[in-house]
This record gives sequence, C-alpha cells and structure tokens, in this order.
Amino acid sequence: MSLPGPADLAAIRLTLALAATTTVFLLLLGTPVAWWLARSRSRATGVIGALVALPLVLPPTVIGFYLLLLLGPDGPLGHATSALGLGYLPFTFAGLVTGSVVYSFPFAVQPLQNAFAALGSKPLEAAATLRAGPVDRFLHVVLPLTRRGFVSAAVLGFTHTVGEFGVVLMLGGNIPDKTRVISVQIFDHVEAMEYAEAHWLAGTMVLLSFLVLFLLYRRKPDA
Amino acid sequence: MPDSDSGLELRLSLSHPGFTLDVDLDLPGHGVSALFGPSGSGKTTLLRAIAGLEKNASGTIRINGEQWLDGRWSLPTHKRALGYVFQDANLFDHLSVRGNLEFGFRRAGTARQTHFERTVDLLDIGPMLTRRPATLSGGERQRVAIARALVTEPRLLLLDEPLAALDHARKREILPYLERLHTELDIPMLYVSHAPDEVAQLADHLVLLHQGTVLAHGPLRETLARLDLSEAFGDEHTVVLDTRIGLHDDDDHLSRLDFTGGSILVARRPEATGSGLRCRIDARDVSLTLHASEDSSILNILPAVVGAIADTRNPANVLVRLDAGGTPLLARITRRSLRRLGLAPGMAVWAQIKSVALLG
Repeated sequence: MSLPGPADLAAIRLTLALAATTTVFLLLLGTPVAWWLARSRSRATGVIGALVALPLVLPPTVIGFYLLLLLGPDGPLGHATSALGLGYLPFTFAGLVTGSVVYSFPFAVQPLQNAFAALGSKPLEAAATLRAGPVDRFLHVVLPLTRRGFVSAAVLGFTHTVGEFGVVLMLGGNIPDKTRVISVQIFDHVEAMEYAEAHWLAGTMVLLSFLVLFLLYRRKPDA
Repeated sequence: MPDSDSGLELRLSLSHPGFTLDVDLDLPGHGVSALFGPSGSGKTTLLRAIAGLEKNASGTIRINGEQWLDGRWSLPTHKRALGYVFQDANLFDHLSVRGNLEFGFRRAGTARQTHFERTVDLLDIGPMLTRRPATLSGGERQRVAIARALVTEPRLLLLDEPLAALDHARKREILPYLERLHTELDIPMLYVSHAPDEVAQLADHLVLLHQGTVLAHGPLRETLARLDLSEAFGDEHTVVLDTRIGLHDDDDHLSRLDFTGGSILVARRPEATGSGLRCRIDARDVSLTLHASEDSSILNILPAVVGAIADTRNPANVLVRLDAGGTPLLARITRRSLRRLGLAPGMAVWAQIKSVALLG
C-alpha cells in the first residue's frame, strides 16, 4: 500500500473544512426549523417537514442538478448571489457548502426535532415562572436538556457531509484544492486503476465513520 | 369590592375548543384562596392564565395593584413576580437541587440571601441541596418545587394541585409544610385542589368553579356551610371550625377547644393552652337528637338550632344546616329520621358529633 500523495492530503483537508463549515450552518439553520417543526401546530409543518426530508429519498444527483440550475447564471439564486457581489456559487467552496447543507439538512433537523419534541413545553414553562426570558430559556434550559440531540445532529451532519458524492460532483465538479473532496478523489483513483491509493482513502473513511457512529450509539439513553 | 391596590382582581376569559373560561373574581390579597371544583371545571386553566401561560386569555388581572393583563395586552410570564408550583414538581433534571433553587433566585434580582436560607430551613431542603432531582422521592421533589418558587420572593404563589400526584403518606408529609407557609409567610396563595380535606385544612377563602365559571366564592367557613352549594361538594360535606385550646384535662387526656358559641373535647393536644387549632367536622359524623342524651358514649353534644334543610345526591339522605351559637354546622341524616323527629327550621336540637378531624 502506498502512502497518500499530496493530492490525497489536499482532498482530506478540503473534505474536513467542508464538513466542519457545513456542520456550523446545519446547526444554525436546522435549530430554528427543528424547533418550529417540533412545536408549531400550523398545518404548514407537514409541507415543510416533507421538504426537509426530501434529500433522504432523492438521488443526490437530482439535488445537485437542481441546485446547479438554481445557483447558476440563469437561476434565480444565481442572479441573487451575483447581484450581492458573491459571484456564481457552482464550482466554488461556497457552492459545495450550500449543496452539503441542503443534502445533510434532514440528518441535522431530525435529531433536533425529536429532542425538542421530547423536551415538551413543561421545562420552558417552569423557567418562565422563574423569571427566565425566551433567550435565557433557550440557552439555560433547552440547550442543556437537549445536548444529546445537538451532538447527534452535529455528528450525523458532519459524517454525512464527509460521505457525499453525487451533489459534490454535480455542483462542484472536480477541481483540485477547491472542490475535489475525498469521495471524488477515490473515484479518480479507481478510474485510473490506482486501487492501492483508493484503498488507503476508502479504508480510512470506513474506519473513521465506524468509530464516530460507534461513539454516538454507544452512549446510554438519557446518560 | 376590596381596595384595588390590595387584592387580586381577576376578570378574564379565554376559550379552548370545547371549553370556555369566564371568570370575574375579587380575592383577598393575603391568605390562601382555594380554587375548588371537579376536573374540567377550569381550575388549572385559570391558574395558568394568571401566570400568563395561556396564550389567548384576555381581560384584567391586577395583583395587589400591579397590572398583569389588560385587554389583550399581557405581561410576559417571566416579568410577573409569581411563584408557580406544578402538579408534578417539574424540576430541571440537569441541575442539582441547589441549581434548581438558584435558577429563579438569581434572576429575581431583589431576592435576599437570608430569605433563601430561611426558605431552605422552612422546607427542610438543606440535606438535599447537592442531590439531583432524579434521586428524590415524590414528596421531596414537591418540597423542592415549593422552595424553588418561594426563593424568588413572589408577590403571589400559585399552587396547582401540589399533592395530587402523591400517595397518602407523602401528602401527610407535605401538608405540614404548606401549613407552615400559610402561617409564616405573608404571600397570597392560590391553591388549586379537588380534595375537600386539603381545602378544609389550608384555605381561608374558597372559590367554587364549575364548567369554567365561578359558582360561588367567599370566606371558607361560610362557603363550606352553604346548603345551596351542596351539589358542588358531592358527598363530602364538611364544616371547618377555627378554635383555640381552652383547657387541658390531664386526668382524662383530653383538651377542650373553644369556638364562638361552644366548645368540643378532643384527645389531649401537645400545643399550649391558647394556641389556635383548625378542625373539620364532616356532616356524616353529626347526628341529631331532640333531647340531650345523658347515656351516650359520644363526648361532644352541642345545642343547636335547625336552619335550612337540603336534598343530597343520595335521595335517602338530607343535609341539615345548624346554628350552634353562631357557628354553622352541617348534619347529614336520613330522610326517615328527618320525618320521624319532625325536624323543621327554628327547632332546637342536640347535635352529637361523633368525630372531629384536627387540621393542625
């Protein structure tokens, strides 16, 4: 087995940066959506819930394809980003983050939504009668009591982003150092019949993913 | 109508699907007011609305001069200086007992450390401060919940059936603490309950709720003895006497309790002569005779005058209101006895009291 080359290391670095950035956005955007889905009695929760879950069932290429159209020069979001001076997002790191957030959204929202639903409104009511305002309640009651939900959301969002391929390929292409992530790099190795290099990267991913999931599921419920 | 700056002015309405609460109440700004009624009568909803936990309440809430609700404008719950004790304690599991107490204490700003310590003593929380709520018994959790509400020095304490989730032994464990709050703290309390014995023990003022409206309210003694409300109490008619220990008889191990219009004898009490003692006399424990019986084993036989007579849920029985020298009593007797004795309002009778429950 050969050691990883500079292209492999660059792909690993890029993947970790992408997954970390994506996780931050997943938690920032997923928390209010999950909160609303868990607590609103609005009928719109059905529609939004289905939309959020859509990436679970769609082929990643479908998501990547539509994002490419939406974010491209002829897409409405493309017009918007261009007007804001951000340029066009496809084939950039920002584009990959956007695609990854959409693709991994249900993996972050669902653990949070379950945690918020299980929490119920009673601890919040108790906190309100003890002089805690809305932000105070979220920080000092909701966060500590749903910590496990946040950890699950972050871990699943991170690992799922590391493992994506279709969306990245459609939206990011295969630009070294910019959009070439581990999964694409493995694909390239296999295409070039470089099985030893492919093994090295693929095997590492299997091991790391297993370790992370093992740590996540090993924890006792309510510990 | 009480002075608007020293009382609880509660005029509010709200509706849920299938339920409407419509309440217009002026309650005293001190002592314990019990909200009593069957389940579904709106007791808890009223309490939650006073706390600002019911979103669509509208009307007026003024607590000792402070406006909490005005039309649709509502002061947010966290800005209302209240303490709320939930039916199931509702402690924060991620905090220790001390953390739970300090949660509100820190945020209340004006609360004093001496008051914190006094409350911890009052409810005997000291030994549990470092424990987690999950390791406490039901009774202990409820004591912590009461202390947590009290350390914020609220202007109003709201208690939502704090004993309902507890078994009989645990209730006995908590009641003395509630009794202590009553006598040692000067905070108005609203106490939701469907248990007549709790109400008789703790309340000064009684509010009867039925299907979201106020059926009646007034001072506890008078309201309990009202025959027109007998339906609301089911079969648990009772009166409450506020007595003072007049004499201890150490030969027979008895104590004499004096009240307006008479006295009763009970088993020797540990309290000193002169101490106040509340007791409860259930209507089913009072029987009537036309002559003072000289050969009865019953100790407490009081002269009384028959007042009104009312039907009870059970057609075999009637409820007789008596006036024992100014103190109202209720006797539940059979319809046959009523006819046999020829009882009618204004008649002088003797009330034989079989048992007296002492409420401490």
